[in-house]
Amino acid sequence: MKAENAKLVDTYENKLPFSVLEEIKNSVPDSASKENIKTILEETFALYLQAKINPGECVGLVSAESIGEPGTQMTLNTFHFAGVAEMNVTTGLPRIIEIFDCQKTIKTPMMEVYLKDPKIENVKALALKIKETKFSEFVTSYSLNIFEQNLKVTLSRELLDDHGLDVKDMIKALKLKAKGFTMESDDGSLTFIHKGKPEDIKDLYNLKEKLKAVKISGLKGIRQVLPVKRGEEYIVLTSGTNLKEVLEMDEVDATRTICNDMNEVYQVLGLEAARQTVINEVYKVIESQGLNIDIRHIMLVADIMCASGVLRGITRYGVVKEKASVLARASFETPIRHLINAALEGEVDALTSVVENVMINQPVPLGTGLPGLITKLK
Amino acid sequence: MKPQFVSKKIKSISFAVLSPKVVKDMSAAKVVTPELYDREGYPVDGGLMDTRLGVIDPGLVCKTDGLKLKDTLGHFGYIELARPVVHIKFIRQILDLLKSSCRSCGKLLIPEENTAKYRNLLNKMGEEEGFESRRRQIKIIVDKYKKKDKCPHCGGKQEKIKLDKPYNFYENDTRLSPIEVRARLEKIPDEELGLFGFALGFRPEWMVLTILGIPPVTMRPSITLESGERSEDDLTHKLGDIVRINQRLFENINAGAPEVIIEDLWDLLQYHVTTFFDNEVPQLPPARHRGGQVLKTLVNRISSKEGRIRHNLAGKRTDFSARTVISPDPLIALNEVGVPQAMAMSLTVPERINEWNIEYLRKYVERGSKVYPGANYIIKPDGRRKTVTEETKEEILEELAPGYVVERHLIDGDVALFNRQPSLHRMSMMCHHVKVLPGRTFRLNPAVCNPYNADFDGDEMNLHIPQTEEARAEAQVLMLVETQMISPRYGLSVVGCIHDGITGNYLLTKELVLTRLEAVDLLYACGVDDLSRLPNKDKIDGKEVFSVLLPEDFNFSGKDKSGNDVKITNGKLKTGLMDKANLGQESGLMLRNIYERYGAAYAAEFLGKVSKLGINVLSRRGFSIGIGDMDLTNETEDEIKSVLERAELEAEKIIEHFNQGKLEPLPGRSLQETMELRILEALNRARNKSGDLAMRQKFDSAALVMAKSGARGNALNIAQMAAVVGQQALRGRRIDHGYSGRTLPYFKVGDVSPKARGFVRNNFKSGLTPYEFFFGAMTGRDALMDTALRTPKSGYLYRRLSNAMQDLKVDYNGMVRDASNRVVQFAYGEDGLDVSRTKNGQVDVHRIIEQVIGGKE
Repeated sequence: MKAENAKLVDTYENKLPFSVLEEIKNSVPDSASKENIKTILEETFALYLQAKINPGECVGLVSAESIGEPGTQMTLNTFHFAGVAEMNVTTGLPRIIEIFDCQKTIKTPMMEVYLKDPKIENVKALALKIKETKFSEFVTSYSLNIFEQNLKVTLSRELLDDHGLDVKDMIKALKLKAKGFTMESDDGSLTFIHKGKPEDIKDLYNLKEKLKAVKISGLKGIRQVLPVKRGEEYIVLTSGTNLKEVLEMDEVDATRTICNDMNEVYQVLGLEAARQTVINEVYKVIESQGLNIDIRHIMLVADIMCASGVLRGITRYGVVKEKASVLARASFETPIRHLINAALEGEVDALTSVVENVMINQPVPLGTGLPGLITKLK
Repeated sequence: MKPQFVSKKIKSISFAVLSPKVVKDMSAAKVVTPELYDREGYPVDGGLMDTRLGVIDPGLVCKTDGLKLKDTLGHFGYIELARPVVHIKFIRQILDLLKSSCRSCGKLLIPEENTAKYRNLLNKMGEEEGFESRRRQIKIIVDKYKKKDKCPHCGGKQEKIKLDKPYNFYENDTRLSPIEVRARLEKIPDEELGLFGFALGFRPEWMVLTILGIPPVTMRPSITLESGERSEDDLTHKLGDIVRINQRLFENINAGAPEVIIEDLWDLLQYHVTTFFDNEVPQLPPARHRGGQVLKTLVNRISSKEGRIRHNLAGKRTDFSARTVISPDPLIALNEVGVPQAMAMSLTVPERINEWNIEYLRKYVERGSKVYPGANYIIKPDGRRKTVTEETKEEILEELAPGYVVERHLIDGDVALFNRQPSLHRMSMMCHHVKVLPGRTFRLNPAVCNPYNADFDGDEMNLHIPQTEEARAEAQVLMLVETQMISPRYGLSVVGCIHDGITGNYLLTKELVLTRLEAVDLLYACGVDDLSRLPNKDKIDGKEVFSVLLPEDFNFSGKDKSGNDVKITNGKLKTGLMDKANLGQESGLMLRNIYERYGAAYAAEFLGKVSKLGINVLSRRGFSIGIGDMDLTNETEDEIKSVLERAELEAEKIIEHFNQGKLEPLPGRSLQETMELRILEALNRARNKSGDLAMRQKFDSAALVMAKSGARGNALNIAQMAAVVGQQALRGRRIDHGYSGRTLPYFKVGDVSPKARGFVRNNFKSGLTPYEFFFGAMTGRDALMDTALRTPKSGYLYRRLSNAMQDLKVDYNGMVRDASNRVVQFAYGEDGLDVSRTKNGQVDVHRIIEQVIGGKE
């Protein structure tokens, strides 16, 4: 598109939404004359005004219906294989419920880590670097010697070399957990001896269990890593998340890296990012189920989840609890508690929302019930 | 029908705790005796059924307001409790107050200098962040001070107070009786209560009851059994217990009985009062009937789905409604509903008589209620109604005058709301025009099945007749079928041609050539009477016949189902076929354009004509399906056979590789999983391939025509019937459950070949082997369970969503706000567009560009 035409389009900046202007810019051929552009803009503006939403429209209910109605068509299958090479993902209805509930721990937390320099070696190196590796993974065998009261742990040479570690690094990492024990290392194995008098065999056993869980390398929470090709470049898919630490790494492209746990995104990046995560994640599920739901409906749900300034789920403890009307809250769940609190605090229900007015047989302040008429009496 | 003027409007509802004084003031009677009726069966004065509390027997008059049964609302009463008892629902608050107030001076344990600070903080929070944050802050403050062991005001030492659930308070190890509790609460000064979030004027000692309010008799009516015996309401039973124990406690106290006995009775009184409020207190045995049935007391009445709030207050019932089975009728219009005449004679529409319609309405009354179309009732200007019968008819006809209302039978063209449950979206209840038909079922155009999600396997639907002008206007303007055509979910049409409507048009535009006579006959049968646009030729192409239905200045370009171009210029279908992509529901791009350009009514009419055209084409041409439709040509059959053989060979190879350890694992998978996945993939590929082959064969059977046009069925269905049923999968994997190491005893242990793991090589036409059938049954059961488990889950999600979002509305300046006027979005959907007025969520810029630029060239 020619520059002058683009400028002309920009004069409609305040009249038409950005997305529509972009669409015009992208699809008008270069050959179009100035008059053409003008007519196009005028007609688009007219069409836009026609397509605008009416005041009083109960958009909330429309969105709730639009998401709730196809809910019955979604599959319940918790796990499914998204393609052959990827990991398990929660999809379908359980995932939608998980997101809208804003559950603190989600079933399959995942990250897609993009690199600034997505060469395959770099990707592989990063994958190895961030995977949380526990001590137990290096161990080939444990032997508990009851007579000598010691614990001998044999380590795998190959795995140590893979991670560029040696036995000394291990001792360093284990020192804190193995208080009260002395460590002796010889070729590829570690021996733990009780410092004090050899007392209970249970201590050694407990030590063994404790050692197993010691993190040797990687980032906490990242259970599984998988380098995959996404479009033209390689990325790292992780099962388990640690957004904060991943974003802090130099080689990671923080602008594109995403995480599917909205609470974690909220903690790390804030509310707006969490809102976007909710929208993206819900949309992903809907697309994978082959359903057609307009993005605006999902946006509205995400917005109501964020409206109080904190990320809240659509549950009796979340969004519904924030409602101003006593009767609206009572009509959802746990009515008695709401009524008792309302009585003690002397709450007044101003009857501004839907259910209360249904209860007392008065018009609902939405749509045609919203405007009032004033008559001039002669 | 009485003229309905709104004389009073409820502006707000306040909630508060009743003080003993208020209870007494609003009471009409004091209840002193547990007896209900005297020997004549007449309610006892001072009993629980006292006529001052309202009446539930015909013939009796309420002594308080002088009204009879059904007119009196009933009045509250009260019982004076011999000893105070705590109110179980306030137990938490009482505990908090006891813990955080001084046992000697009664002040809160918050130092003087902090009270003002907290008060300001709370007020600010309440204003800025809403009551919910304020509530949280109060909890923080209360928790902070309730553990202090020294009073900052008088220096008194504090003891530890414990609640022994459900309602006994202990200070260290001595029990605090409700009297003591009440005394302590009385000492708390008024000004400090605000810090607890309590309402102004509320006194905490009210939470310990000295006087118990008694609900009116009308709220707890008794039932007279057939034997003449009276069966009292659960609440009355409970109240009887309370009165009885209270009486005994009084007597014992007056007689100076030993403290132990009084304590016991007191405890019993506490138990009864507690279960009167809530019979589901976790630590208490629920009060029961003699038969062992648990009593339903106050809390039970209010809560849960069957409780007062959700069942009676939020759920409404209505008259002037009907329900019956539905059946299809493609010949009635999209926005019509066929109503059985029997129903039309008992559903009525009120019409007010004036000078101009009096003659017309008289006719209805003349015919009476037994002859259709007649009238069932008339309503006089004073609001009294009269039944129209053979006897009263003459009299009524004489007095009929302007101002009277005639409730006439339903006639063609009346407005009705039609609904099918579950009402999941707004298209589940739409406005139709009535068409009175013989028979006993509702008739509807099959094209509207989709929005209602209805079929005709015995579905029932509901019909409502709006009774006021306002309701009718709103129904017609906002809810009429054609106004609901475009779904607000995705901005495409939810109605469209279905089944034969699509097949017929597909065949017509694809291959049919008609003689002029045939074409005229066909079009006339679809309701086209202007045949001037039919080309004046002997042989008329199907496309030209279809074009007659199109508006003359209509231009459209798009794709059909198989991806070929469809072009319409100036109302002439030039290229392309009319199939599901352009006519069908939930796609229907051509329909969508017609809707936008020519309006809702035109689109509905157009759809009706196109549907009829399709059906008429089929009925003239002939169209049926049989087992022979599944026959494949010899070449196709051979091809499919070789595809399957190759797939099985491939699977065998994979297994062989796996056994030899030559298989390369996929990243992140074990060898076993890799093998499974690769086999699954190979077999599914084979099935899809055979489906494609079957679809592509030269010979067009009726089943194939339906699949190709999108009318019914798809490639997979055809493949399963004609070629191969394919791999049965459970949870995304081949079937691997059953016996140890094998799926069925028919197979060898460790057999992982396709057929042992659920690959059904046969097709439905040739028939399945027993083990194949069993695998099919396994996946069938799995799918059934999935649906059964999903429905309640998604129902609950929907309920929560709609409850959370029901009061969001668009403001007059385009913002989305909630009930408390908090802004949720500054522009709805970030661009203020109504999805149902967009094309799949977009403003159609392309059409405009094409029009403007194209028009120049």
